[in-house]
Amino acid sequence: MATPDTGAFTDPHAVQIEAMYKRFGDFTALTDIDLSVAKGEKIVICGPSGSGKSTLIRCINHVEKHDDGRIFVNGIELKRDIKSVDRVRRETGMVFQSFNLFPHMTVLENCLLAPMSALGLSRREATDSAMHFLEKVRIPEQAGKYPVQLSGGQQQRVAIARALCMKPKVMLFDEPTSALDPEMVKEVLETMKGLANDGMTMLCVTHEMGFAREVADRIIFMDKGRIIEEGVPEAFFSAPQTERARHFLDQIIH
Amino acid sequence: MSYFDPAAFVDYLFNRFLLGGVLVTIGLTVAGVLGGLVLGMVIALMRMSESRALSIPAKVYIWFFRGTPLLIQLVVIYTGLPQLGLKFGVIGSALIGLILHEAAYLAEIIRSGFMSVPQGQREAAWALSIPKTTIFWRVTLPQAFRLMIPPFGNSVNSLLKATSLTSVISVEEIMRRSDMLMQEHFQILEVFAAATVYYLILVSAWDIVQQRLERYFGRSVARDAKPAVVQH
Repeated sequence: MATPDTGAFTDPHAVQIEAMYKRFGDFTALTDIDLSVAKGEKIVICGPSGSGKSTLIRCINHVEKHDDGRIFVNGIELKRDIKSVDRVRRETGMVFQSFNLFPHMTVLENCLLAPMSALGLSRREATDSAMHFLEKVRIPEQAGKYPVQLSGGQQQRVAIARALCMKPKVMLFDEPTSALDPEMVKEVLETMKGLANDGMTMLCVTHEMGFAREVADRIIFMDKGRIIEEGVPEAFFSAPQTERARHFLDQIIH
Repeated sequence: MSYFDPAAFVDYLFNRFLLGGVLVTIGLTVAGVLGGLVLGMVIALMRMSESRALSIPAKVYIWFFRGTPLLIQLVVIYTGLPQLGLKFGVIGSALIGLILHEAAYLAEIIRSGFMSVPQGQREAAWALSIPKTTIFWRVTLPQAFRLMIPPFGNSVNSLLKATSLTSVISVEEIMRRSDMLMQEHFQILEVFAAATVYYLILVSAWDIVQQRLERYFGRSVARDAKPAVVQH
């Protein structure tokens, strides 16, 4: 899928990736990735294990460094210098499979650290905003607890609130429910749906096909480091174009 | 004829001269640990640096001071370096030797602590655009510190006993003063039994401090941690 060269500046997409490559030593993890995400669009990225889907979204906020090609977030190009990396990271929030809450801090402190240190908010302002987002993920009563005292689902909701405290324009979800016990998946997906309804631009790597059907505007299917198919959920699920996508869907839909 | 004089042993236990030596041992240990922590932190940070100009000297330092006996280091500093015009006196030489030696071990303990902090913690902090120095002081250091306490405690325990080596350069700590008392009355067992008891008491006291430290820095990862009061 070709993307117009001028697109990034005339009508900035939320995310625009052009001819991006990522290598780990001799292994090419991502090959010639082109992807445009409109503002407010919800994308679900799926594919077999090792297909590069996590690496793709990790390149968008430079947790992983891409080797070739260009990445724009809200029209800001992600270059090598610290400044542009920082600007791009301020546009994006990320939720990890393993939550990655800071274990030595309470829930509230987890939510305060970035706004106070990176945005320079006062403790009071940051606390007001943190409590607002903790209420949004329906967990304000846990603010004084440490992560270890919460269930996995609660921890992941805190992680979402923590990311939202930085007021990101784009949210990146890296298999947010894969480390959860089954009974906790729903509460996290509900929180993500709420976020989607608020108009957040979202890129989600997930195996939750129910969520994909319901929330995604577009499904991206990856295999061996390439985007090999994309489309609206109905089309992708009912009539996948490629043999590999058909095979993948057979494997995961029981 | 064999004998052990319990009354003499008890006398030595409360001997003021020997108690003075205990204070010197404590002083050497505390100074060695504090100095070793500061220098060890610098060396650990150099060792973990991506710049080879920093990491190689740190590696050489650790290799050298862990690779040579403290006893030789002390003798060289006290009796060897004056040949080059560098004189530090008895206590000065002992402190320099203990700190340089301890720093090499603590540097490796500090490095292992930082390496044990999961990479996901740094990634989460990057993703949140938290500034680099804040990541160090607020995210990685506190977590590394908790992981460092058990090996750190071990190292303090070793150092406490290694201070006895400074007796060789005539620092009047427990060992040296025991030796002096022994030369006076030749009650070898009685004197050194008292010295042994002193070391055991000191080590046990440190064990208690270490347990407190572990509990304090582990409080947030204990399931029964007390929730903090949220002021809002």
